[in-house]
Amino acid sequence: MSTVNKLDITREHCPMTFVKTRLELEKLSQGDRLEVLLSEGEPLDNVPKSAEELGYKVLSIEENGPRRFKVVIEK
Amino acid sequence: MSTNEKKLSLIAFSGDFDRLIAAFTLASGAAAVGWKVNMFFTFWGLNALKKSQGRVPLGKGLLDRVFNFLMGGLRNLPLSRLNFLGASPSLMTGLMKKRNVATLPELIQAARDLKVSFYACETAMVILGVEKKDLVDDVKDVLGVAKFLEYSQGGEVLFI
Repeated sequence: MSTVNKLDITREHCPMTFVKTRLELEKLSQGDRLEVLLSEGEPLDNVPKSAEELGYKVLSIEENGPRRFKVVIEK
Repeated sequence: MSTNEKKLSLIAFSGDFDRLIAAFTLASGAAAVGWKVNMFFTFWGLNALKKSQGRVPLGKGLLDRVFNFLMGGLRNLPLSRLNFLGASPSLMTGLMKKRNVATLPELIQAARDLKVSFYACETAMVILGVEKKDLVDDVKDVLGVAKFLEYSQGGEVLFI
């Protein structure tokens, strides 16, 4: 049974945006998902890209309020 | 270790609060995106790695003890500009917290969590009278130029 974890980095700044995401991603088992709430700009540009570079799968990126996005990442 | 692994080696020479923030920001940011990161602490940078974060007279001789007391540890790092007799780092930490930017201790913890490797320079430790036991336990090794070159080879190197 895969789990879905949630992480809100809308109040974080570089480098903690991806530091926190990475530390949460490391907790996932194969097939688990992480839902990341983030702001547009640097986090939106970099978090999905960096996750893919590390071998995770970005399943969706959708708007979730003004200048906020929800990114779903799967291991 | 794959040959195309991205690697960043930082030389943390400065013991300035702001420069160390830059060093640990780069280190934790790079480690988060999958880079192998080495941090080599030398001279004043060693102050950030002392177990004792306040002013403690480390060392054997009188000069060592005076020097180490005056330099202090992580809590005594000066700002490189506008230090205002040591008041600025805590003022700035307050501002960073208020604005939700990671503080220096948080960045150091992030670097630890992401397995950044900490190394200390042997010669600087001899000069400053600091021993391995005076430094935090996660200092992986005490080393010199040859090992630094070996560990940093093939990657990016920054002197801060």
